[in-house]
Amino acid sequence: MSLATIWAWFTDPANWQGTDGVPNRVLEHLLYTGLTLLIALVVAVPLGAWVGHSGRLRWLVTGANAARAIPTLGLLFAVSMFVGPLIQSDLAFVIPSITVLVLLAIPPLLSGTYAGIDSVEPAARDAARGMGMTGWQVLTKVEAPIALPLFLSGLRSATLQVIATATIAASVSLGGLGRYLIDGLASRDYVQMVCGSILVAVLALVADGLLALLEKRAVSPGISGRATRVARSRARNSDPHSEPDPDGADRSDPDPRQPAVVGSGSTGPVEATAATGTPSERDRP
Amino acid sequence: MTWALDHIGDIMSRAGQHAWLAGLPLVLGLVIALPLGWLAARRPRLRAVLLTTTGLLYTIPSLALFILLPPLLGTKILDPVNVIVAMTVYTVALLTRTVADGLSSVDGSTQQAAIAMGYGSFARFRAVDLPLAVPVIAAGLRVAAVSNVSIVSVASLIGISQLGYFLTDGYARSFPTEVWVGIVACLLLALVFDLVIQVVSRVLTPWTRAVAA
Repeated sequence: MSLATIWAWFTDPANWQGTDGVPNRVLEHLLYTGLTLLIALVVAVPLGAWVGHSGRLRWLVTGANAARAIPTLGLLFAVSMFVGPLIQSDLAFVIPSITVLVLLAIPPLLSGTYAGIDSVEPAARDAARGMGMTGWQVLTKVEAPIALPLFLSGLRSATLQVIATATIAASVSLGGLGRYLIDGLASRDYVQMVCGSILVAVLALVADGLLALLEKRAVSPGISGRATRVARSRARNSDPHSEPDPDGADRSDPDPRQPAVVGSGSTGPVEATAATGTPSERDRP
Repeated sequence: MTWALDHIGDIMSRAGQHAWLAGLPLVLGLVIALPLGWLAARRPRLRAVLLTTTGLLYTIPSLALFILLPPLLGTKILDPVNVIVAMTVYTVALLTRTVADGLSSVDGSTQQAAIAMGYGSFARFRAVDLPLAVPVIAAGLRVAAVSNVSIVSVASLIGISQLGYFLTDGYARSFPTEVWVGIVACLLLALVFDLVIQVVSRVLTPWTRAVAA
């Protein structure tokens, strides 16, 4: 096994055409992932939003998280064995796998959506109502933007989970990039296995990178902490006597995956607006 | 049920292998994640770099990592070392963030008090910051333990012996009982790991109970 053999595999035109070619396998993998996420989103987002909004049936979220302890491989085999024989067509291999993938994608999406909506402060909701917003406007203009970072981090982990498990699902005859790994194993073609693994890893990294980019783009600056940081540094520059906040670095942590950033209240959008309003008043001892 | 009882010896020996493949990486991962998390908590700039790098490693799907490690490490594909290394990588990826968060969560006034009492940087980390971060780190370890137990079973696809064998073998033989035994055994093992971490965490943090009582 050397880099040359891997290079030879990737540059062999035979590996780029037909059902077993790289473009088709990548497309299959993306199709399974997309279809799974679509179904899981339709189930998890309204449910998570409702649980977060009403505070009822919280055990659903806890239960879904506990269900993550079930080994994915076992779930895959168990569902394939029970659902597979019920279907009398070519879909017998696809439907069980997609079912398992959906089951695995729901918990992170559900808890992300739930935690996002749950992190909206009642004060912010009341303020929006007080400004005369309708229920729908409160949802779309206040709750949704505040819930977005946590929802997107749930979407990221769901996507990774689905891409990884779709690979394993090749062992129950699903197509996609996992075929290279499983078929390579069966025919002792180690080069094919390694090349397939590289493709899977790259696909996962690219998908994660794109979602990270989306997270940066879509999350409002007032929530991600970007606005707060700008205001703080401005405050520091304009007021030479101000001491740098000892734990300022922690509080302005831009990582939206930390629930504390949204949930703690002190770094919420309200403070961000206050900070931009009167920069020189900030950070004065 | 009778099948499980008939094969109890096999199940226990594979459970032992499974516990080793999932448990050793937890310890190794924690040992590596502690200094990394400490660095990340002290230097915000390094924090971003460290968390991004470990995050990228966590992104690589497990089956792909099991296959990619042998040529990188110079091991054979059936060598359990590959699984140990892969699981350690995942554990480090999960725990670096947790350790950093745990250390950052220590109250500023507590740290100031420790400095005023004459604690040096390392002594303060060992005697004050680290013990106070134990509950957060333990929570991260529990997540890592449960996910490790699940991921290790995937290694049975490439023929490494542990509880995942019952899953692949049961599927290959169209014998659902064996698959269920494998799933239940994995769940029980995850539960044992979870309980052990909780007990150790409680023993290490007697003050949390003193306040509650």
